[in-house]
Amino acid sequence: MKTIFEKSVKGRAGVDPGTPDKKTQSILDSSLLRQKDNMLPEVSELDVIRHYTNLSRLNYSVDTHFYPLGSCTMKYNPKVNEAASVLPGFINAHPMLAYVKEDAVQGAFEVIYRTAEMMCEITGMKKMTTQPYAGAHGEMTGILLMAQYHRVHNNNKTHIIVPESAHGTNPASAAAAGYEVVTVPVNSAGGIDLNALKEKINAQTAGIMMTVPSTLGVFEKEVLEVSALARKFDALMYYDGANLNAIMGKARPGDMGFDIVHLNLHKTFSTPHGGGGPGAGMVGVSEKLADFVPVPAVVKTKDNKFTLDFNVPHTIGNIASFFGNFGVMLKAFTYITMLGKEGLIDVSEKAVLNANYIMAKLKPYYFLPYDRTCMHEAVFSAKKQVVHGVHALDIAKALIDRGFHPPTIYFPLVVEEAIMIEPTETESKQDMDLFIEAMIDIARLAETDPDKIKNTPVTTPISRPDETKAAREPKLKCF
Amino acid sequence: MNVTEGYFYTKEHEWVKIDGKKAKIGITDYAQHKLGDITFCEPPEKGFNVKQFGVITGIESVKAASDIYSPVSGKVIGFNGELEDNPGLINSSPFEKGWIAELEISDASETKNLLDAAAYKKYLEGLE
Repeated sequence: MKTIFEKSVKGRAGVDPGTPDKKTQSILDSSLLRQKDNMLPEVSELDVIRHYTNLSRLNYSVDTHFYPLGSCTMKYNPKVNEAASVLPGFINAHPMLAYVKEDAVQGAFEVIYRTAEMMCEITGMKKMTTQPYAGAHGEMTGILLMAQYHRVHNNNKTHIIVPESAHGTNPASAAAAGYEVVTVPVNSAGGIDLNALKEKINAQTAGIMMTVPSTLGVFEKEVLEVSALARKFDALMYYDGANLNAIMGKARPGDMGFDIVHLNLHKTFSTPHGGGGPGAGMVGVSEKLADFVPVPAVVKTKDNKFTLDFNVPHTIGNIASFFGNFGVMLKAFTYITMLGKEGLIDVSEKAVLNANYIMAKLKPYYFLPYDRTCMHEAVFSAKKQVVHGVHALDIAKALIDRGFHPPTIYFPLVVEEAIMIEPTETESKQDMDLFIEAMIDIARLAETDPDKIKNTPVTTPISRPDETKAAREPKLKCF
Repeated sequence: MNVTEGYFYTKEHEWVKIDGKKAKIGITDYAQHKLGDITFCEPPEKGFNVKQFGVITGIESVKAASDIYSPVSGKVIGFNGELEDNPGLINSSPFEKGWIAELEISDASETKNLLDAAAYKKYLEGLE
């Protein structure tokens, strides 16, 4: 496929920009004047429409394909979310009104207030800030809250403990906030190794970051013991909400002893992932951190009106302009209220059921490193196929030809040749069966005709880009 | 999988070659094989004091980003500058041209916490 620049024909145009005003040139400083050709492609409107329509058809999205990318919870984003988020009353409200004309934005305030309130109920936390713009930002906020807690208590804390089965971003967040990262391995059942934890935890431990269920797709059965241990050393428990989709209405991080929770609205709460819109990473805290949350927060007054509260004694300050990505919050609010309590419980039950269905069906064909009932995702290894020279990467590529977005591969790092499959609750049995058939077909070919797998994909415009060369010699300019 | 005699090894698959008060460190053939094509190795800060088994720097491959743990305690005095243009040296020559950092070591007796070539070889066999 040609790039839009390669389609350029001298003199062709889609719009008539008119004749440039000669005077403009004389007004502007000469340093501002373009010295070279503008290098924009010269194409007609039809050229542009065809080019981008065809490009979009090459894309894999959850609206077009089964998208079992493990740990990412690529569930379908219901269109009703979109409808609610573009209601004129909301999209025309300027956030500055919150400061100068509170009465004009009571509806928006209520959405923020009630979303935070529902998230508190789902997670068992005391307070929730809506400010963080995305998961990573939420993690950063969470760690800043942890640091503030220790500062206020005059604690001397130097490191954060992260089990190997935690979400991959956790060590980065801890390090970015200036903490040393101490890793704890997993035990033979895929849970955190308690003995190793006991060896590493001490008075300098600021907190423990856990993902429950973990990135191995299993519930951390030791979580209560871990939080009891953390209490002993005044270390805070941090919950990465990446996998909340598996436990809604079944278990709450707050009840497990967590002090800080971050939520990825684009995972569990069906808002679009990156590229489909901005993110949102709400952060909830337990009672003992309630005095540190970012300001302003939306609160309810005695006469049932909503207002901004700046009065948080040891707040970490403002970590976003206004209240975070309001439109995204609105989509999550719509999702939760449309489903209700029973609906959310159903979501988690089906997400777990679907993952277990795929696990059971593929178990005879792919190696299962932790053979136990899984939660929302099943983690296989391509070990059996590697014997024939077929790696996880090859299996992923072969799936593309069969009309599926590949699952996550080579993560979690503790599993060699990992293939991490998360179907989510939104996939039907019929669609999962097609995926299972494709996976079985690939496993069979890996034995009988491995080259057929190693040469995939053949249906895409580019088969296998040279990832090594791209990483070693990146070309960051298109001109 | 190659293992070089005379070096000491960690269970995390780093090696150290001690030469008097100085030591060179890198990752093993097994590690480079598991990581796949190395695309970037972060230069550790000069003068940085690292503890034994502490993180000294990071490395990236097409598959993953990983921490490199120092097999011995010491002060960073050098980085293999050739890796900046050619990180693939770690793949092609993990024990020689693909060395990562040079340290001024503080306690040579720390090697008692490390594996020698024979013990590391045995350790690798257990992993297969």
